[in-house]
Amino acid sequence: MVGKKFTLGWILRNLFLWFVVFVMLFPILHMISVSLSGTWDVVTNSIGVYPKIDGKFGATLATYKFVLAKPLIFTAYKNTIVYTVLGTAVALFVLSTGAYALSKSNRLPGGKTLNILVLITMFFSGGMIPGFLCIKWLGLLDTIWAIVLPHAFGAYNCIIMRSFFQGFPKEIEESGFLDGLNDIGVLWYLVLPTSTAVLATIGLFVAVSQWNGFMGPLIYLNDEKKYPLQIILRQIVLESVMDEFEGAARDTTFAENSIKYATIAVAVIPIIAVYPFLQKYFVKGVMIGSVKG
Amino acid sequence: MRATKNAAAEVLPNSPASAKPEWLKKLSDGKYLLMLVLPSVICLALFYYFPMYGLVIAFKDYKPFIGLWESEWVGFENFIRFFNYKYAWRMIRNTFLLSFWSLLWGFPAPIILALVLNEVQNMKFKKFVQTISYMPHFFSTVIVVGLVTMLLSPTGGLITKALESIGIEATNILADARYFRTIYIASGIWQELGWGAIVYLAALTNVDPQLYEAATIDGAGKMRCLWSITLPSIAPTIITMLLLRMGSLFNVGFEKAFLLQSPSTYETSEIIATYVYTQGLQSNSFSYGTAVGLFNSIVSLALVIIGNYVSKTVSETSLW
Repeated sequence: MVGKKFTLGWILRNLFLWFVVFVMLFPILHMISVSLSGTWDVVTNSIGVYPKIDGKFGATLATYKFVLAKPLIFTAYKNTIVYTVLGTAVALFVLSTGAYALSKSNRLPGGKTLNILVLITMFFSGGMIPGFLCIKWLGLLDTIWAIVLPHAFGAYNCIIMRSFFQGFPKEIEESGFLDGLNDIGVLWYLVLPTSTAVLATIGLFVAVSQWNGFMGPLIYLNDEKKYPLQIILRQIVLESVMDEFEGAARDTTFAENSIKYATIAVAVIPIIAVYPFLQKYFVKGVMIGSVKG
Repeated sequence: MRATKNAAAEVLPNSPASAKPEWLKKLSDGKYLLMLVLPSVICLALFYYFPMYGLVIAFKDYKPFIGLWESEWVGFENFIRFFNYKYAWRMIRNTFLLSFWSLLWGFPAPIILALVLNEVQNMKFKKFVQTISYMPHFFSTVIVVGLVTMLLSPTGGLITKALESIGIEATNILADARYFRTIYIASGIWQELGWGAIVYLAALTNVDPQLYEAATIDGAGKMRCLWSITLPSIAPTIITMLLLRMGSLFNVGFEKAFLLQSPSTYETSEIIATYVYTQGLQSNSFSYGTAVGLFNSIVSLALVIIGNYVSKTVSETSLW
């Protein structure tokens, strides 16, 4: 048995997979290590994949405390949370009602046309500038609604939900009608309580895209106080806008790289923390999606 | 309770008078569904179809203070201006090449990972590799570009240091147009490798294990099994995914190129989407930017339609 297990193929396979794991984890470990290390160690570029203080293994949360104490980052964090929660709630409301109605295209007046109109949006759109002008004309520029509403309805998510609802047993729906429920009642009391899996999946898709959203805020928001984390992240990490850290980089209490990595980490850690528990929902979503809509 | 009464009230006068037109009956039957679909219809109209209508400004000389209606029609002038721009061809080429090379390098990678993972017997290890490799998919573009920038930074970037230690001059790799595509594609593979493998892993679980048993009895080795059983079994999935990707060859996302580029790399990094942004929103040439964007969307759409047509004839799978 042992002889059979350690074949050349087994060795190559494991080497390959451990290499993949290493490449995937390496930037993340390095980022966390630098953000936890002492300034001197960062400035001398001696950090690999574990944190150091004065050349020895050790960690300090000082940079995180420093970064999170900055009002700009703190506000951005709060904004991102608000956009994500509100965006997900609105999207789930719009999508679940819409997808349910669209799944009954034989009874919904104009249902077939609407389904085609939804499909078209997957392949063609007005593009960036008409989208911007439209938000401007609607008077949504520089408001939270410019971030929340345009992404509430998405054709891909709608189609996934619609095909899920199409699989709901007709008999149960009909028994609901017999008990005097209308379509809204059937959706609320019968369909939604048994659809938590698809609601969780789509909710997570929307939440991740809101959390990570960059282009929308870049185009639609001008007010610094409304910026989400991604915009601030870009300013600090990619454009090295360090006004906020006045003096910090100069008196080298904190190395610039530490600050940058800590800022990235602050945005990534929530995702890394919740993701392993929600993984199965994401994978399920891909599978429902690949079964053609 | 109220719902029951309403329904009864409507059914009663309805049933004797079949004179009521068909469409009205359909309307009253579907009125609750109409209420349910209303929020979606509003979103669809405001954020998808209203902007599509806004595309008319590509054919106008739109001036915000005059308004959409009163702005002057200019026909194809904006498009002509774009094609006469000296860097237009460079942008078109960059857009196409960026996604072409991404496809060439990025497409086989998840298939290989899925094939290797499929051989792993230890379920815990398999799950571990999957969990780790899916993760970067959930990172934002800003974060991925941020990590790339940090690792390649001339001051203390770990990859810069590693390259220098093996004798490769890498002081300004981020500002060098020659490396833009490599960086873009490599970080893309890093981000999407694991996630892309999910579809193939699912296809692999559908392969009948008896086929392998029979083949092994007939003396087929691992490689022979891979070549004669595994690959043909997942070929339909591979072909479908490939055609889907080919359809989006001209549809390069704005965010990553925008965040990763700098004027010093425009030679390879300026794509149509980023040009639309700089022209349309930073210089406020709304009409011109819209025309350039529309050109991009139309070419994309044409490729999707061609891809879908080929997919339909080759593998009998279609997007619509």
